[in-house]
Amino acid sequence: MTALLGKDLVGLEHLSPDQIRLILDTAEPFKEVSERPIKKVPALRGKTIVNLFFEASTRTRISFEFAEKRLSADTVNVAASGSSVQKGETLVDTAKNLEAMRIDMVVIRHPSSGAAQFLGNRIRSNVVNAGDGQHEHPTQALLDLLTIRDRYGKIAGLKVCLVGDILHSRVARSNIWGLLKLGAEVGVCGPDTLMPRGIEQLGVCRFRRIEEAIEWADVLNVLRLQLERMERGFIPSLREYYRVFGVTVERLDRAPRELTIMHPGPMNRGVEIDSRVADGSHSVILAQVTNGVAVRMAVLYLLAGGRPELAEAANRAAAPPPE
Amino acid sequence: MRPLLLQGGRVIDPSRDFDRTTDVLVQDGKIAALGAGLGSPDGVDVRDVRGKVVAPGLVDVHVHLREPGNEDVETIASGTRAAVAGGFTAVCAMPNTDPVTDNQAAVGFIVRQAARAGLARVFPIGAISVGQRGEHLSEFGEMVAAGAVAVSDDGKPVVSSHLMRTALEYARTFGVPVADHCEEPTLATGGVMHEGLVSTRLGLKGIPAAAEEIMVGRDILLAELTGGHVHLCHMSTRGSVELIRRAKEQGLRVTAEVTPHHLTLTDHACEGYDTHAKMNPPLREAADVAALRAALKQGVIDCIASDHAPHAYDAKEAAFDDAPFGIVGLETAFAVAYTELVLGGALTLPELIARMSSAPAAAFRLPGGALTPGAPADIVVLDITARWTVDPANFHSKSRNSPFAGRTLTGRPVLTLVGGAVVHEADGTTL
Repeated sequence: MTALLGKDLVGLEHLSPDQIRLILDTAEPFKEVSERPIKKVPALRGKTIVNLFFEASTRTRISFEFAEKRLSADTVNVAASGSSVQKGETLVDTAKNLEAMRIDMVVIRHPSSGAAQFLGNRIRSNVVNAGDGQHEHPTQALLDLLTIRDRYGKIAGLKVCLVGDILHSRVARSNIWGLLKLGAEVGVCGPDTLMPRGIEQLGVCRFRRIEEAIEWADVLNVLRLQLERMERGFIPSLREYYRVFGVTVERLDRAPRELTIMHPGPMNRGVEIDSRVADGSHSVILAQVTNGVAVRMAVLYLLAGGRPELAEAANRAAAPPPE
Repeated sequence: MRPLLLQGGRVIDPSRDFDRTTDVLVQDGKIAALGAGLGSPDGVDVRDVRGKVVAPGLVDVHVHLREPGNEDVETIASGTRAAVAGGFTAVCAMPNTDPVTDNQAAVGFIVRQAARAGLARVFPIGAISVGQRGEHLSEFGEMVAAGAVAVSDDGKPVVSSHLMRTALEYARTFGVPVADHCEEPTLATGGVMHEGLVSTRLGLKGIPAAAEEIMVGRDILLAELTGGHVHLCHMSTRGSVELIRRAKEQGLRVTAEVTPHHLTLTDHACEGYDTHAKMNPPLREAADVAALRAALKQGVIDCIASDHAPHAYDAKEAAFDDAPFGIVGLETAFAVAYTELVLGGALTLPELIARMSSAPAAAFRLPGGALTPGAPADIVVLDITARWTVDPANFHSKSRNSPFAGRTLTGRPVLTLVGGAVVHEADGTTL
């Protein structure tokens, strides 16, 4: 049974608002599992999941792995560095090999946009996109949405601004779709060199100065600035980036309202974000990480055919004895 | 060879605005006569082509036949088989082979392989630079003597403006065009599709229209500087069209081609990461398509060329970033253009035939593109009522990479003659 979300979770662009709400609502009961002494429910017992990471990842991979293990799934991690494999060919062959091993789900991260959809179109197993190139990173956006909803009790009507390298960011794209579908106003802020063409046509407001974004927003989601962007000439220096676009205490102090600060990690302290902001009272950055596990449990559970109204019941079932 | 009489067809010769129902007699490899009620020489093979269109064999100034070097995806024999099935009687083979066609021996090899295949005429294009490395001029004179009709580093732009200048100057001695793949590499590198809203949504690196237009502008300025003939390959943007229009108004020696896919598809074809929509230059926007169609009608763009680019079936079976650029086009070019442009009202049938025969022949100063008595009998008979569904499995090309798979098209070559010999005859027709 895959009707609620479809077979795969490739991105948020093609999900309905109800489907997004369903994932967030399903995540609620799973939050509690991680607070127990025995952090395990049997919801995915007997399911096999492959975490297929063609690109380095620490937090996303670990978050998925915890989500899988806390749902009692059997997991295998496959890491293939981009340098050691011919990416395209390996992807086809990998798909065929996975299919042949009769696995139930694949969580894939890949440096090429569209890789998750490519895999999903070729295997019967459920595919979860854990980040494909510069396309989407849906579970990151879902955990961001959940964190905003925890903080404000709603998403509709809030003003959320994504700050930084929008051009290369899959987190930004997924957040834009998710936030717009749930009724938030969305802003983007950064230098034009890091802004994709036609971004305004997606229905977002464009800010060229961080001060204007801070004045406008309720929530800032500060994106990581990859150091290679400077090497490739998109910005002149990290120092100047910090001075012009850095989210600092001084800038936040001038905000007309209390802002919430988010960051998908890993942070470059002193580049896109001031340490005092990251560690300060505005920051919900660690709450995002906590919510990441619950959201991923919800996604895996729903794709496996779990019914949302049974998620609570599944939680109430006795945890299995330690193995 | 038996004489052949094509009886009762609508004969269109765009080289002299000829369009009427009449007979065509082919004898000794040449067009012997046109006219109603031609006498039948002894042993004549009479073909009833009533309801069909008789036109000059189509001419494609831009194909990749992959031989030598990538015979697994196409050979001169398979590529010319595809050509004649598509109604083409002459094709110009781009030099980005392996090794590069950058010397007289390599040009001669292509000429010999084409003769051995005995299907379409193949006019080699020599490389502008040795190894297509963009450094030293190739030996244009020797290549032209061996049969080359143009020079190009296609697949790669000529990055050095100095090299482009010297190529345009040096080519004047031999009277051949310099065909350029217009792409400013520092803007285009890493790009996999048109830069626009669709690339933003898909998260794919874009190639801005300006990457093409900068080089179009440069090449036009160099044509002005040198008086040389620059041929602009596979134009894709409305900005390029405007630059060419102005250059032609100035009387510069500039010609240009456009592919069937750039005339009919937009960047939306890349949705779902369909690698069969990955080509270079990329598919652009609806406004570009409209400008290209208008330019083709007005003659601002001279001709249609397929940019037939075969790739192995599994090479396109990859993530979008990793798939190669290019599609096959010889066997769909006429039908795509007829269905979309003629039935769509953008061009008349005689205009389309001109843009696919007499105009490309004129641009590259090739024989063909005319049905005048005494000319070699390079002829195509077209059934413009035939509806068929594109199934790449039926292609004569060795490759299958077409974005038109599954499309139902109208118009199909049913008989192709090269030098009076029947080189293609469609199955299941009443001919």
